[in-house]
Amino acid sequence: DPQRTAFLLRKQWTLYSVTPLYRFSDTHLKDYARLLSISIAAEKQKGLAVEVGFELDLDIKVDVSSIPDLKGSDQDHAAILVQLSSRSPASSKNSERKLIWLGCFCCVSGDDLSKNLPKDFTYLPLFLVNGAEKYTSIIGSWFQTTFDCCFHRLAISPFNLSWMAAMWTGCKVDKTASATELVFSVPRLPQPLDISYAIHPEDAKALWDTVQKTPGEITQEEVDVFMDCLYSHFHRHFKIHLSATKLVKVSTAIASAHCDGTIKFLQSKHLMGVMMLLTELAISQIE
Amino acid sequence: EKMERRSNSKTPKRPPLVQHKNQTDLSAWRKGVRIDPEKSVKSHQTPINQKNDSKQDSLEQALSYFENVEDHVSLKKNSVLQESLTAVETIALQRGLPPKAFNILLNVALSGKLADTVNTRLLKSLIPASVIPETSVVSSVSWLCVSKCSDKVQMLFLKWLITVFDFIDHKEQIHALYGFFFFLLQYERMCPYACHLLYLLTRRENVKPFRIRKLLDLQAKMGMQPYLQALLSLYKFFCPELITITLPGKTKIYFKNPDGPWKAAINAVRQRNQENSAVSRPLFLSTAQAQSRKRKWNSQLIIPASSASRNILEKDRGKNSVSLFSTNESLPVEQVQTFSQLLENIHRLELPSQMGSVLTNPLLLHYMNYIKDESVHMRLYYWMSQTLQEECTWCVADNYQNEEEFKDFLESIYKAECLLQEGFSSCEEFLYRSLPLWDGSCCRSQVLRLLSWMPLRGSSEIKSRLCDPLAQLFLTSSLYFKCSVLESLKELLQNWLNCHAIHLASESDSQDHLLNTTFSGVVDTVAELIHFVGHISTVALRLENNSMLLLYFILNFYETVCDIYLRYGLPLLIMPPAGIFYPALLSMDSVNLNQLCYIMHRYRTNLVAAKENELSKKKILQFKFSSQTYQEYNQYLSAMVGCLWTSNAFQKDAHPQGLRMDDELLKKTTVHEYKTSLNIVHHPAMLGYAIHFLQQAWPDDTSFNFSLIKKWDWYLEYLYGQGLKGLKLFIESSINRVSQAS
Repeated sequence: DPQRTAFLLRKQWTLYSVTPLYRFSDTHLKDYARLLSISIAAEKQKGLAVEVGFELDLDIKVDVSSIPDLKGSDQDHAAILVQLSSRSPASSKNSERKLIWLGCFCCVSGDDLSKNLPKDFTYLPLFLVNGAEKYTSIIGSWFQTTFDCCFHRLAISPFNLSWMAAMWTGCKVDKTASATELVFSVPRLPQPLDISYAIHPEDAKALWDTVQKTPGEITQEEVDVFMDCLYSHFHRHFKIHLSATKLVKVSTAIASAHCDGTIKFLQSKHLMGVMMLLTELAISQIE
Repeated sequence: EKMERRSNSKTPKRPPLVQHKNQTDLSAWRKGVRIDPEKSVKSHQTPINQKNDSKQDSLEQALSYFENVEDHVSLKKNSVLQESLTAVETIALQRGLPPKAFNILLNVALSGKLADTVNTRLLKSLIPASVIPETSVVSSVSWLCVSKCSDKVQMLFLKWLITVFDFIDHKEQIHALYGFFFFLLQYERMCPYACHLLYLLTRRENVKPFRIRKLLDLQAKMGMQPYLQALLSLYKFFCPELITITLPGKTKIYFKNPDGPWKAAINAVRQRNQENSAVSRPLFLSTAQAQSRKRKWNSQLIIPASSASRNILEKDRGKNSVSLFSTNESLPVEQVQTFSQLLENIHRLELPSQMGSVLTNPLLLHYMNYIKDESVHMRLYYWMSQTLQEECTWCVADNYQNEEEFKDFLESIYKAECLLQEGFSSCEEFLYRSLPLWDGSCCRSQVLRLLSWMPLRGSSEIKSRLCDPLAQLFLTSSLYFKCSVLESLKELLQNWLNCHAIHLASESDSQDHLLNTTFSGVVDTVAELIHFVGHISTVALRLENNSMLLLYFILNFYETVCDIYLRYGLPLLIMPPAGIFYPALLSMDSVNLNQLCYIMHRYRTNLVAAKENELSKKKILQFKFSSQTYQEYNQYLSAMVGCLWTSNAFQKDAHPQGLRMDDELLKKTTVHEYKTSLNIVHHPAMLGYAIHFLQQAWPDDTSFNFSLIKKWDWYLEYLYGQGLKGLKLFIESSINRVSQAS
């Protein structure tokens, strides 16, 4: 159901990898939410103890829920969504709340690994965050101490970015106008210098189609050829060797990814495909 | 009184709360030094027996006086009271009081029979010589309940109790009085001391919702008080599902040291009684871990504190919605302090919430090793590999400022591995991954020590992932680095061999064919390592101009190699390459030569044993040493004998890289009698001994006429006397035989 995963679209997500959660249980999501909201309250009034169960009127409410639609196969654990909402100051009387932070633990086709794991573990290797770092820190720490897991930022290497560029270029998109853009950063300069390389999506697709041999299958060689073509084209015009720079950002109509480990999903049709790739990257970081 | 933060800032990894619950250092208890009270008093009587006996008498008298004292005796008018009080005070300050005194004196002091000045003086002199009986504390509490004594005395009693907490012999009954002490919180003046005492007493089963509510009421009434914060955070530590608190980073002292007169006195008494001084310390909560170090929340380098497991909300929901833990069933590991405690509770031990905390806890490591629970190992594996990967100072860019921390971390991994006698697979993976990127200087000694615990894998894996990257570093680094690498490779070899020997012993009954496959694998890998060391050592000796230091480390390695067959039961005998053997044989240093002699002697012993086994066929050998090994040994042996004994190395040495030289060439050296000039007297490493021997035997001869040394037996005796044990073993085992045979 695309409706249930639509919240992921058009938001900037920061990526983390998470090692398996120990003794996490789907049946206690409500309790987790309660403990998390108390933790946030305690953090806010540092030094004052807060009783759990005393939930009179917390400024920030935490919801933890399961999204069964967000997974790749039956072996995958359903994604877990953590939402922080605050009372909006304008309408303090009615219980309208404003979402201030979102965190989503998920696993899309990470089958191989979850199979080999003892049953006490829950495998949700990819964690996406949208919201202020201070909440990420409170919630991440709580998960770390409660489920004995480790969080790490998931950076995307230029190597993986070029794969994304090739894969996403090849995807069929319904007559969008947004250009395919690659951003390169030139290393070792006193001032940072970024080079943006925008290509009309249809031109890029035409190039890719000449490179790809078997539809539905991509090889490293094809990715290299594709990028080399783009580089030589650029060199012909600007006499700059892009191969000597670092690819830092790829944005297409499908998604836009930055090497710092942030991503924005733009197409619900290809959402699961991108999530699968990100799950794979997260797994390679923790295994 | 201002107190410094005593916990070392360099070791912020200590568990924050519970570890500090002990007032004094309990190490004396652990070692079983808990001294019998009577004995310890008596043992100090010997030197000044009489004087002490009289003191003993006066104490006895005073105690019996206080035991039977009547109400309202005035201090000013009663000389017996005066004398008794003084006697107690002097003896307490000098030697401390025996256990039985506490019952009597506490009873008097808290009963309100005497004036407050007397009570105060009595309380102040309650210095333990050894232990304080629990019963005396319990009866004191019952006096508090009937409110016979003034507030001031009650306060003083609490302060005293906090100070001497660790001298109380048992604590079970005192724990049963938890509710009473909790009740004291409501008296504002007593509140800080009651909190402190409760902090020392609290166990998980004491944490109850009604107590939490009471503490929160107090918090609302009195605001943020450090002592309340400390107690509350301990409650949170035990029951995070009931309460939570975030401590501000600034506060470091949560309890003031009770400003009683006892601390110094206890110290003095302890020192006089020549025991390890055990004095109360102010309590600190090292909560400021994250804050003070300005690390990111997901930075893993902090080894997590051992804390009660928070497998909250797990079961029992139906039964009891308040107490989510079944407290009687499990024991949090942080309450375990001795090995015997561990053994008693091993069936109901509760592992920490973050498995990384086992790393610095030897007891837990033992336990973890014993339970063989897959999930325990997985948790540790994930935590350690993530931490190593993310914090590695040479793999992660701009991470160099954290080198010290990373060093400490690697150090604790190494210590844990030594304790377990086994390498962690996460660490192995890390080393394989990061060795090619390592510059050889960052965290050098830690990395090299960790290398020695690499598990034994297939020979091709060892070659490509360990040997190849290491060789590059080895050959391009300093002499010191080379020596350190050789040292750690020696350790690695020994660890592998030990591990194999244990494996062999424990699985001797299991199926043979299974063993054989792994067995040949072990032999291959060990051989690979030895050949690798032989290779890099040969090159290194060239590079470093046959440095004696380097040679020493190389020969050390071969000291293990030459004995593999007999000591570890592995059919493997690999001779050092000529590039090592000849530099050692011609070394200018007698230490190297002596070591070489020892090694050759051990090779011989191993080869002879192998031959005997082969001939007698007592054991069916899966592997035979090839005749090439014997040949190689014999070549080396004849070179050595030629060099040390028969002086014919230049003529007889048949090794292609050996000492053989044409007579023409030797003549050109213009050395007289070159044919007899290389032996145990003239060998450059031995020359010093020879000169010394000459001077002693012929003090008048100043011509250094070495030909005077004709009776080699004497000379040899002299050399053996100089500690050349290897030479002795070699000559006694090899030379006579060879000379007889030839």
